Amino acid sequence: MKNYFSENKKDLIIISIFIIFAGTSYYSGFKLGNRVTAGFESAFLEMIAFIPLMFILIGLFDVWVPRAIIERHVGKESGVFGIVWVILFAMLQVGPLYGAFPVAYMIWKKGASVRNIFIYLGAFTTLKIPMLSFEIGFLGLRFTLMRTLLTLPVFILIAVIMEKLFAKDFVVYEVNKSKEMK
Amino acid sequence: MIQLLVFTIAAVLISLLLNKKKTTAGVKKGMKMFLNLLPPFITVLIAVSFVLAFLPKEVLQKLLGADSGIAGFFIAAGLGSIALIPGFIAYPLASVLLKNGVSYPVISVFITTLMMVGIVTLPIERKFFGWRVAITRNLLSFIGALIIGAAMALIWGLV
Repeated sequence: MKNYFSENKKDLIIISIFIIFAGTSYYSGFKLGNRVTAGFESAFLEMIAFIPLMFILIGLFDVWVPRAIIERHVGKESGVFGIVWVILFAMLQVGPLYGAFPVAYMIWKKGASVRNIFIYLGAFTTLKIPMLSFEIGFLGLRFTLMRTLLTLPVFILIAVIMEKLFAKDFVVYEVNKSKEMK
Repeated sequence: MIQLLVFTIAAVLISLLLNKKKTTAGVKKGMKMFLNLLPPFITVLIAVSFVLAFLPKEVLQKLLGADSGIAGFFIAAGLGSIALIPGFIAYPLASVLLKNGVSYPVISVFITTLMMVGIVTLPIERKFFGWRVAITRNLLSFIGALIIGAAMALIWGLV
């Protein structure tokens, strides 16, 4: 526990200051401050509702899915099918970009290739099915289809570039082990 | 959200039936990762709330509207990169912007950067990938979003 506090000192200080700020705004009727707090509240509630669930699933994924399976399907030698698999996997998920990083860590640990990890991130951010249905609803099918079709080659290209640049010493850190690097 | 809850509960129950020890280890591991990530997450949310409070809808409309021309693309890319708006707010907002004269290509740049580029979440991304990878990915995604917007502008009237 003591470790937890010292490792997250900076963030915990910011959070404490924010709590004081929110409290003061509330009692003094500071309008802008209350708008900030309201925005924080809705974002926080959105996050706290699904992130713990996601981490439970990631933990279960870790203990149940053998490395060999991931390596075979989305590893270095997986080719085009690897791309299809990883995109389908990403499309089925929910949540914002930062929710994808722990999953990326997990599939990296299980042997996914660098390219496929970034394809995963690209597909996760732009092609999630729950989000697409939202997009169709608000912006129309034509827009959604065109954006999706244009985005697909772009993020695959980004993944290829990322692999070219970083494949040599690529690492995904389990958070807080990152302290050892610069 | 409810599907996710049901799915998680089902997964935990099935896992429990199959192997209690493995399940405990898995859930514990997940919770540990969650707790380690919670403080930086909250910090990011605080930053986002400040940005959003200072950037109300009307301001966005003025910056991205029809008379902003080519600058609108870059403003859209910049705003999309900084903002961290959940989808259920971003899409209604985008459709409001459309009705107020913002063009589809500009919207596509805004939506794409919003989804793929996260400047405020860089501190979190860095914890997983390191600065070099995180910054490169965001930079490439930013350029990619502009390309997508340009392509949209070229073909939107044709298709």
